[in-house]
Amino acid sequence: MSRLNIANGRIEMVHGSGGRAMVELIEQLFASAFANEWLAQGNDGARFNLPPGRVVMATDSHVVSPLFFPGGDIGALAVHGTINDVAMSGATPCFLSAGFILEEGFALADLKRIVDSMAAASRQAGVPIVTGDTKVVERGKADGVFINTTGVGVVPDGIELSGDRARPGDMILVSGPIGDHGVCILSLRESLGFESEIRSDSQALHGLVAAMLEAVPQLRCLRDPTRGGLANTLNELAQQSAVGMQLDERAIPIREQVRAACELLGLDPLYVANEGKLIAICPAQHADRLLQVMQAHPQGEQAAIIGRVVEDPHRFVQMQTLFGGNRMVDWLNGEQLPRIC
Amino acid sequence: MKYVDEFRDGDKARALAALIHTEADPARRYHLMEFCGGHTHAIFRYGIPDLLPDNVRLIHGPGCPVCVLPIGRLDMAIGLARRPDVILCTYGDMLRVPGSGRDSLMKVRAEGTDVRMLYSPADAITLAQRHPDRQVVFFAIGFETTTPPTALVLEQARALGLDNFSVFCNHVLTPAAMHAILNTGEAARGELRLDGFIGPAHVSTVIGSAPYEPFPAQYERPVVIAGFEPLDLLQAILLLVRQLNEGRCEVENQFTRAVTRDGNRKAQRLVERVFERRASFEWRGLGAIPDSALRIRDAYAAFDAERRFNLEPLEGRENKACACPSVLRGVKRPHECTLFGNPCTPDNPLGACMVSSEGACAAYYSYGRRIERRAIEAREVMP
Repeated sequence: MSRLNIANGRIEMVHGSGGRAMVELIEQLFASAFANEWLAQGNDGARFNLPPGRVVMATDSHVVSPLFFPGGDIGALAVHGTINDVAMSGATPCFLSAGFILEEGFALADLKRIVDSMAAASRQAGVPIVTGDTKVVERGKADGVFINTTGVGVVPDGIELSGDRARPGDMILVSGPIGDHGVCILSLRESLGFESEIRSDSQALHGLVAAMLEAVPQLRCLRDPTRGGLANTLNELAQQSAVGMQLDERAIPIREQVRAACELLGLDPLYVANEGKLIAICPAQHADRLLQVMQAHPQGEQAAIIGRVVEDPHRFVQMQTLFGGNRMVDWLNGEQLPRIC
Repeated sequence: MKYVDEFRDGDKARALAALIHTEADPARRYHLMEFCGGHTHAIFRYGIPDLLPDNVRLIHGPGCPVCVLPIGRLDMAIGLARRPDVILCTYGDMLRVPGSGRDSLMKVRAEGTDVRMLYSPADAITLAQRHPDRQVVFFAIGFETTTPPTALVLEQARALGLDNFSVFCNHVLTPAAMHAILNTGEAARGELRLDGFIGPAHVSTVIGSAPYEPFPAQYERPVVIAGFEPLDLLQAILLLVRQLNEGRCEVENQFTRAVTRDGNRKAQRLVERVFERRASFEWRGLGAIPDSALRIRDAYAAFDAERRFNLEPLEGRENKACACPSVLRGVKRPHECTLFGNPCTPDNPLGACMVSSEGACAAYYSYGRRIERRAIEAREVMP
């Protein structure tokens, strides 16, 4: 078996052909980075036991452009995104899979950077990548690399989280400032050419979720406001639960730089994507306790109560503006920004 | 955020709103038209109608460039995009506007044509330099605010000697449309209730306040030029209410922080060098208006897409039930259209006013729908 030329080599069609070149790529680049006992089994699939409870499975494909950005890259994002999807069901994430679609000609050095970042993110989160797949497509048929990750987790007994459980009177909380990821990606697009110091908020939130559920097991809904941002996610929840929502614009945390960038570009931060924030809905009597626990956690220091669930047969999300008027916060129309995650 | 938050201050808003409530005469009604779609958007985004007394009503004018572009012109652009040698670029708002037969630039892009979204026309020049084997066409739309940048890229293209760059020019003029609104059949029959105009600040930074002087003089309609922040709008409304109460009729400038009587002379000279007035131009909803649009001068003919590609004028097919034309003339409100909300929505726009965030229908739908919820509800229960 020969050594891969990681510094100068590129992905070739042969790396996806099933032959020796593919084995070299998998062993020297993927297996060594992700190393764990399940991968070491060397089988097509990973075999594992799960702790008792209901099993949750979630999948997410990642096509972000550019591949590297301040605060993360496609690899870390692929790990965080799926962990968060599993965690939003109230589950403890246990295992991940990773599928790579690689474009012929993609630099091995960039691939290694991405894989190492995935491995680091997975180790930091304590959720191992136990099985995977790679495919190579001809140059021009993909954009460098696309990554699919699937996660499996277990919901402990007594936890009932679902998007249809919001009830009038409940409080709505957000775990921190919104819009960081979308504005970070936007600022890197060559057509815009502005510089910012905004970093993506890409991070795994299962630690925060565990702390929240321990303190307030009565929590009703959790969801991460990724594409479509806070506005779309709240509309989804209002739709599912057949309720309305009333937000207070003053209470919604948004970084000054994010507000300024959105102002300049005519974007509404309520619709800009996040990759490390969550929205929580809980009965009003537990809201203060939940807020305290979130603010005491490093991933929720700037958490805030941003509104409440109301009765509304129209399922409208509305917001008291800073200015004193009331406005609708509708679903996102069209696309605000392509390929952000 | 400095220079922004000051103009969105809730306490000042309440104080201004209170003044409007006090000063508006309950015995009369005030019909004020905000000409510009940017104002329409801001009015709904900040919930300004909630702050006004019932007898002060805002009418949404035709100042949304996407909305007033006739379907035939869009069909011409779609035809250009379908040419295999062309890269067609334009502003994002234009991509989803439905043309004849429900085509849009977005749809023809999905068919494999090369349509790109730009933030700045300067990017079109870069694109032309990068693709010397393709024809790059900038589909230019907009009022006086977006005209100088188009003029600038035309000058650049000529200086660079680019032979693969051209502009499909659809720039239109604000004062001409205001004249047209006051000269429609509805206006003659007294169906257009319009007591005064809120004039657009950004356009006026370029053209100045002088071009509005005929409106008080000829039509007895006061004009207050206003900025785009919510406090600017409230103040402009108050100024109009005061003019009407006092029987004054003049052009007032609320946006003194950037608008002068003469405007930006440098930009005007640039536009004058590159463009000349068309004898007449078709506006969606308003029909043909004389002297209301710009074309590229002969000196720049090589960069005029209409001439380079020998474009024939096209007659677009409107959806017959679509009330965009009446909405754009200020005689119908968006929810009075039978298509509003069902089936016409921002996700499935049938008319141009539902496409752009500056369009009155989209603003109503996205921000103000709750105000008119009964009207929509009535149609939702219909089979």
